[in-house]
Amino acid sequence: MLRLHFRPCGNYRERYEQEMTIFETDFGRLWMGVGIVIALGVVPFLASPYMLYILNNMAIAAIAAVGLNLLIGFTGQISLGHGAFVGVGAYAAAVLATRVGLPFVVAVPLAGLVTALVGMVFGIPSVRLKHLYLTIATLAGQFIIEYLLVHWESLTGGAEGIILPEADLLGLRLVSDRSFFCVLFLIFVFLTWVAVNLVRTRYGRAFVAIRDNDRAAEGMGIPLFRYKLLAFGISSFYAGIAGALLAFYTVSITPEPFTLFLSIEYIAMIIIGGLGSISGSVFGAVFITLLNESLSWTAEFLMNTEALSRVALTIAPLREFVFGLIIVLFIIFEPRGLAELWRILRASFRLWPFAY
Amino acid sequence: MKAFRGQPSIFASAQPDQRLAELEVKDLSLSFGGLMALHRVDLRVRTGELVAIIGPNGAGKTSLLNCITGYYKPQEGQILFNGEEITRLPPHEITHRGIGRTYQNIELFPGMTVISNMLLARHIHCRYNLAPASLFSRRVRREEVRHRRVIEEIIDFLEMQPIRKKLVGSLPYGLRKRVELGRALALEPKLLVLDEPFAGMTLEEKEDMVRFLVELNEAWNQTMILVEHDMSIVMSISQRVIVLDFGKKITEGPPQEVQDHPEVIKAYLGDTSTIG
Ligand SMILES: Nc1ncnc2c1ncn2[C@@H]1O[C@H](COP(=O)(O)OP(=O)(O)OP(=O)(O)O)[C@@H](O)[C@H]1O
Ligand SMILES: [Mg+2]
Repeated sequence: MLRLHFRPCGNYRERYEQEMTIFETDFGRLWMGVGIVIALGVVPFLASPYMLYILNNMAIAAIAAVGLNLLIGFTGQISLGHGAFVGVGAYAAAVLATRVGLPFVVAVPLAGLVTALVGMVFGIPSVRLKHLYLTIATLAGQFIIEYLLVHWESLTGGAEGIILPEADLLGLRLVSDRSFFCVLFLIFVFLTWVAVNLVRTRYGRAFVAIRDNDRAAEGMGIPLFRYKLLAFGISSFYAGIAGALLAFYTVSITPEPFTLFLSIEYIAMIIIGGLGSISGSVFGAVFITLLNESLSWTAEFLMNTEALSRVALTIAPLREFVFGLIIVLFIIFEPRGLAELWRILRASFRLWPFAY
Repeated sequence: MKAFRGQPSIFASAQPDQRLAELEVKDLSLSFGGLMALHRVDLRVRTGELVAIIGPNGAGKTSLLNCITGYYKPQEGQILFNGEEITRLPPHEITHRGIGRTYQNIELFPGMTVISNMLLARHIHCRYNLAPASLFSRRVRREEVRHRRVIEEIIDFLEMQPIRKKLVGSLPYGLRKRVELGRALALEPKLLVLDEPFAGMTLEEKEDMVRFLVELNEAWNQTMILVEHDMSIVMSISQRVIVLDFGKKITEGPPQEVQDHPEVIKAYLGDTSTIG
């Protein structure tokens, strides 16, 4: 007989399987199911194109952020090159779609694999370098890739970039924000689920072990270098998929967005969301996308108001400032990020009105 | 679930050839710059033995263990395990070949629970690979459950049930040593190498630890190398004692003989002849 478990007032688990589930209770599972159904069945029809545009950007950012969190939050290898890897994915997809003529369904995963390879190449310094030194090496990687995107004109089209063909999914044309939303959302859900699975198996455990104590991790039989490379590979695979989706979604790509600042934006997402938390990466991606949007909104609003247009010009560069400020505030007041805030909120809601 | 008290299945089901642990260290020398940490040390351990290594501070005991487990690369000499040369292999390779260890300065993962710490040791026994893991297939789930059961059996054996879900960082020192032993056992090592497992323990904790080690060795035939300062423990549980001093092996033999050996008394008490 199927028995639903909602909120038992103790730990009544009887089998080890029950401790391995993603959601503690059937309540959580139910909510997730309802959420996915609403997202696919209701949102695309109610939301305005602008809202769908924001949601799509969130989904893409979340995929990249989940990947980066696997590398930084779980494995402890701080990389400043994630923005460039997203760029590699975007360009790989663009080249595969235009030069080779591959369709969307093939070009996107292939771009992910290409980026995974590139990421592993730039992860090689992790064999010798740790901490700050490795971070500097990935920074070099960021600049090398940025340079190549602009100057390897025969492949990337230089500053003009590449225009992609229309994406189609097995005969369905993906042109509207709405159809893209459905595809992006499904890919996002799938990849997030994959990340959660990796984290609860030996791979996730090995990553965390390397982060926390690499000497002991080696003693447990974990080959450090191979697993660091694997972390770089998986994380760049996510970046590559995000980039490929971005390329197809925005239709034309240039090297412009894939700068160091994009890398920092992803790092901000996972710090604000919560290092070492998959759901945190998603929260962070949502938060930063909204923040970006509201900042450009404010700037635009001020621009359009005659008296304030002068102010708007001075506010535009404030973006970086606001970013920095929010990161610092989170590090000081809630280093475990939005994921932790969410947990606290849920816990207090569960106990309400009796705070026992 | 029935209450468990007895032999963890990893020991019950192991075939004798899987427990084979023949270690041979030949002519091992290790130096740090000018300092000779080990000088032409020979050592043999046979399957089922409990061998103790003793010696004053700085004698080179930890260095010897670090050479055996791959953390230090000796300049000269050879280490053979079950006939295979393992000198200068990296630590993770040596763990794969069946040598598990604990560390003098506890190398646990303080931010994880006792269970997660021990699950990590099951890494080398996980047979699934990346693709099924990323989909958490039925087989992966079944295997994870099996590992969890193995861990729980070891936890029961070491009487750690109340702390299973505690963060290791929150445990007192003596218990951490016990968790580390549990983690090493979860590797299912053929040869278990323990670096001062009794250090910093209360008397009661020491008694428990002695009980565990003796049961491991006598009932389940676990081969062990034990480095320890507490003479009364060493003399009562080990079958053979090796004495190191200034990186050299000064003597070796059954506990009683070693205890009365003049060189050993000299190493521990200093050269008394010059005082008189
Ligand atoms: N990584 C190292 N670098 C330099 N010298 C070292 C290193 N490891 C050990 N030594 C030196 O080698 C000698 C032997 O040290 P070791 O730690 O093996 O002694 P020990 O017998 O384990 O002592 P204790 O009983 O204090 O643990 C010491 O003089 C020590 O200073
Ligand atoms: Mg020592």
